[in-house]
Amino acid sequence: MSFISLGPLDIGIAALLLVINALLSVVLRLGLAKQMLIAASRMVVQLLLLGLVLKALFDLASPLVTAAMGLIMILFAGREVMARQSRKLTGWWAYGLGTTSMLIAGTVVTLFALTTQVRPDPWYEARVAIPLLGMILGNTMTGIAIGLDRLMTGTARERSAIEARLALGHSSTQAMSGVVREALRSGLIPIINSMSAVGLVSIPGMMTGQILAGVEPMEAVKYQLLIMFLIAGGTTLGVLGAVLGGGRRLTDHRHRLRLDRLTAAKD
Amino acid sequence: MLNIQDLSRPGIEPFSLDLKEGECTSLSGSSGAGKTLLLRAIADLDPNQGSVVLDQKNRDDFTAPEWRISVGYLASDSGWWRDDVGLHFPDHEQAAALLPSLGIEPDALNWQVARLSTGERQRLALARLLLISPSVMLLDEPTSGLDPDAVTLVEDLLKQRLAEGVSILLVTHTAEQAKRLASRHLSIKAGLVSEQAI
Repeated sequence: MSFISLGPLDIGIAALLLVINALLSVVLRLGLAKQMLIAASRMVVQLLLLGLVLKALFDLASPLVTAAMGLIMILFAGREVMARQSRKLTGWWAYGLGTTSMLIAGTVVTLFALTTQVRPDPWYEARVAIPLLGMILGNTMTGIAIGLDRLMTGTARERSAIEARLALGHSSTQAMSGVVREALRSGLIPIINSMSAVGLVSIPGMMTGQILAGVEPMEAVKYQLLIMFLIAGGTTLGVLGAVLGGGRRLTDHRHRLRLDRLTAAKD
Repeated sequence: MLNIQDLSRPGIEPFSLDLKEGECTSLSGSSGAGKTLLLRAIADLDPNQGSVVLDQKNRDDFTAPEWRISVGYLASDSGWWRDDVGLHFPDHEQAAALLPSLGIEPDALNWQVARLSTGERQRLALARLLLISPSVMLLDEPTSGLDPDAVTLVEDLLKQRLAEGVSILLVTHTAEQAKRLASRHLSIKAGLVSEQAI
């Protein structure tokens, strides 16, 4: 395996491109120079910190610390899901529903991969577990955010249709089936699209990384396939849990539509 | 038939009513007085307190779908969940037999909801409700926006159901309609219902 290590100077030369960008912005008065500088600095600091955290994590090799790191990642993803909703469930549910779905989907799929396919030694090795969880979470988060957003806005918009069905003696599951199906579709379409476009439009980031790191293309492909299957599984599980859970929360045991459990739309 | 004791919810003061078989009671009041809230509470579409009994059977002893099939509610704005009119009617034969009495041709079952006029939607929504044969009907302005001929058709159909023993609680803005259909008249103001002489 040939691996070309990069020195600080190599990175510095690449960063020169950014200086050209900034100069252009000044000359053309785009007003982007400052923003670009801040974004680039953030990127450098965040990634360096990530490197330090990961290194410490890998050296510690403690299952407990690894699990804690995983949990922190899930909690951040939960915040992200909540922030992307234009209408939220009231109270704890706004944060809890998406986060719980990701916790379950992320944990189940990561553990599944660790114990049956990748099988590192020990099985909880952070070097494998954390990147796997990260890839699964990133995609599950997008799916859940879209699915929940569609469910909440769809339910509010279709109120009179849903209540017409309830008034005719349909169960809440029947009455909600239209918006629930639409929300599930929306949440799952990104992963279906990325499965069908992968390899044609671009080489996936993870595969690029592995190939640059000297891995044989076919080996990198196998890893990419594994990851895509895991992502698809995690997204499906997470979106299903979040949307069905949200649908239940928006109705009650007397088959009523409970829009009072939804906050008003932003803007 | 339908006995309501101290029914309340936010916006509605405790409300009691005894609706007899084949009886129509009208309910009037200005916008925002709570007419719709009251009907929705009886249909159990919003959380509410109080006792509602149909033919000696408590509302809590019905499942919610069973309750709403027995005590049918017609909203003032009709809701549609599919593009085709026909998909809202489980039994096309029965529907086709009923529609002419509402002034709508049976072919409407093959139409798209999008091409229906407001008045057609309103009458088709009423037809949907009539076809599940509730023993009590809670009607929220069933004829607002209909032309005079259609109003007569709807009223005739309601009279026929009353004669068959169905009870109706009718929200209406027109005193004439209340007089034509109802034997008792209620009015609601700021959530408080009182008996009214017309």
